Amino acid sequence: MSSPPRASGYFRTGYAQDFALVETRLRRTSLAVFALLLVCYPLIASPFGLDLASQVFLNAIGALALMLLTGYAGQISLGHAGLLAAGAYTTGIMFRELSAPFWLTLPASALAGALLGVVFGLPSLRLRGLYLAVSTLALHFVVAYLGAEYETRRGFSTGVTIDPPSLFGHELTDGRLWYLVLLAFAAATLLICVNLIRSRTGRAWNALRSRETVAEALGIPIASYKLIAFVITSAMTSVAGCLFAYYRGFVSIEAFSLFLTIQYFAMVIIGGMGSLLGALLGSVFVTLFPYLIEGALHALPGMERYASDLAAVNQAAFGVVMILFLLFEPLGLVGIWRRIQNYFLLWPFRYRPVGGGGR
Amino acid sequence: MQLLVNIIVLSAIYALISCGYVLIYRVSRVLNLAHGELMMLGAYILLTVASLFTQNAAAALAAALALSLAVGLLVYLFLMRKMTGEMVLAAVLTTIALGILLRGLVVLIWSAQQQYPAQALGLDNPPIVLPGGARISTFAAILVVATGLVYAALFTFLRFGRWGVRMRAAGQNPLLAAQRGINLHVIYALAWGLSTLTGALAGMLIALDSGLTGTMVTIGLKAFPAALVGGLDSLAGALLGSLIVGTAEVLLVYVNPLLSDVVPFLVLIAMLIVRPWGLFGTREELDRV
Repeated sequence: MSSPPRASGYFRTGYAQDFALVETRLRRTSLAVFALLLVCYPLIASPFGLDLASQVFLNAIGALALMLLTGYAGQISLGHAGLLAAGAYTTGIMFRELSAPFWLTLPASALAGALLGVVFGLPSLRLRGLYLAVSTLALHFVVAYLGAEYETRRGFSTGVTIDPPSLFGHELTDGRLWYLVLLAFAAATLLICVNLIRSRTGRAWNALRSRETVAEALGIPIASYKLIAFVITSAMTSVAGCLFAYYRGFVSIEAFSLFLTIQYFAMVIIGGMGSLLGALLGSVFVTLFPYLIEGALHALPGMERYASDLAAVNQAAFGVVMILFLLFEPLGLVGIWRRIQNYFLLWPFRYRPVGGGGR
Repeated sequence: MQLLVNIIVLSAIYALISCGYVLIYRVSRVLNLAHGELMMLGAYILLTVASLFTQNAAAALAAALALSLAVGLLVYLFLMRKMTGEMVLAAVLTTIALGILLRGLVVLIWSAQQQYPAQALGLDNPPIVLPGGARISTFAAILVVATGLVYAALFTFLRFGRWGVRMRAAGQNPLLAAQRGINLHVIYALAWGLSTLTGALAGMLIALDSGLTGTMVTIGLKAFPAALVGGLDSLAGALLGSLIVGTAEVLLVYVNPLLSDVVPFLVLIAMLIVRPWGLFGTREELDRV
């Protein structure tokens, strides 16, 4: 991954600096300010704003996981909603049948996700590209069927309700507390992802994505790295599913349709393939998008009559935005962001000198 | 006996839909995941056209089919043409995006209620009693016949037709085909048009038979395993694959009604494990995608 330009030259003088996550002082301060703002946000935000932010964090976990798999390891999975459903259902079933507490359901969901990741990943050893996408799509339907089967067998025809979890003796009912918990989970996921992709695993994935045959010739065990990618992604996604179940307090198979998978793919595409920042930007965009559409419908004259079919308007607009990004901005929001960054970095010049000076 | 008829009807539905997947994949290596939506769009076009030709059902069908062909051509012209030469993943995602766009648009234009184009055309759908006591509705019978005709026409077209041969050439090796003076864009557009046409025909007949809602997309998606089981680049394979998937679905639904939506995908998984390139598919495909 070509990292965006940070310092204006190569100033590293020791290994410690090579390991540092944050390089320059400006970056350090801006990150710290940003983190402070995020932590202080619940003090000023309305309940609606808090809910939005919490949804962004939830989606960000799933989007980061999908980005690892698709953007870095180059494996396509159309079964993302199935993985979320697996996490949510593990939580729901464990809560209903065993009334298991939060600290048990969470690792159990992660474990279930990891196991499912092996199942999802096994086809990738034989299949590539489209065929892999199709096999994961099929697995999505199998997971959805199992969930529906459980619901009907146990008589929860409308879905499984889950009580809010308790953390250190506190019931998690407050929106602010939820915000902080989800923020912590999203931040942890981001940290794991950042460190994964700059480690041996990440480099192996990079090679794998670029060209499988060459990667194998270089001595990278591609089978195990593919499986690792699937397992890590699935475990993270299942954790997101578990949190989703607790956050909503309700699990129903209708929530995990193919449209959810498409939404996660939209996050990855709109954000920008192959960039963790992209996954974050994408999840912000996709989460806020329905509300923007709703606002636009009410603000524009003559559009009021479509307000009753909000879901349909949403789908149509979503399709349009995805198509526009695929056609005109394949690098996504990150591409736009980098262009703006470059513009200011290079000012008053317009292009990078040939040979990539300054990078 | 009734069971056999059910199997044949369902297989014919899947076969008529899945030949659209095969056509596009064979020619341009793009998996069209919007096929179900395009098929539904065809059925809704019939609904709109029906209000213009209330008495003349044949004219309405012909007009709707012509419009569907145009839709397919336009989709290629304005959307997929920009995706030629891009990554396969990008093209597939574009079709997915097109799919949800169409899904939303259909609800916005025609509302989400169940509609009956047969009534709008003033047609009724009497059951035909076959020898042996099995019943089949008229439109289902027409669908089976139409499937046979479409497949026969496609076989002849691809085998002997001038453009059919060009299509096969473009599918086998686009670069060489282009070098020999075949206009790839025209070929691809033709494949999209034909695929949408056959899909829309399936959609219209299903809608005439049993009404029309947004859930028709699911049928389109379930037909996809049929295409893959037979081999994504083989028409004969699609026919056989549809028969396998249709049979499995009809028989297994007796075990558990909830299974109906997963059976095609279970068959698909089994096939991907055993023989990923399908029954009649070309093996080298796997490395090309």
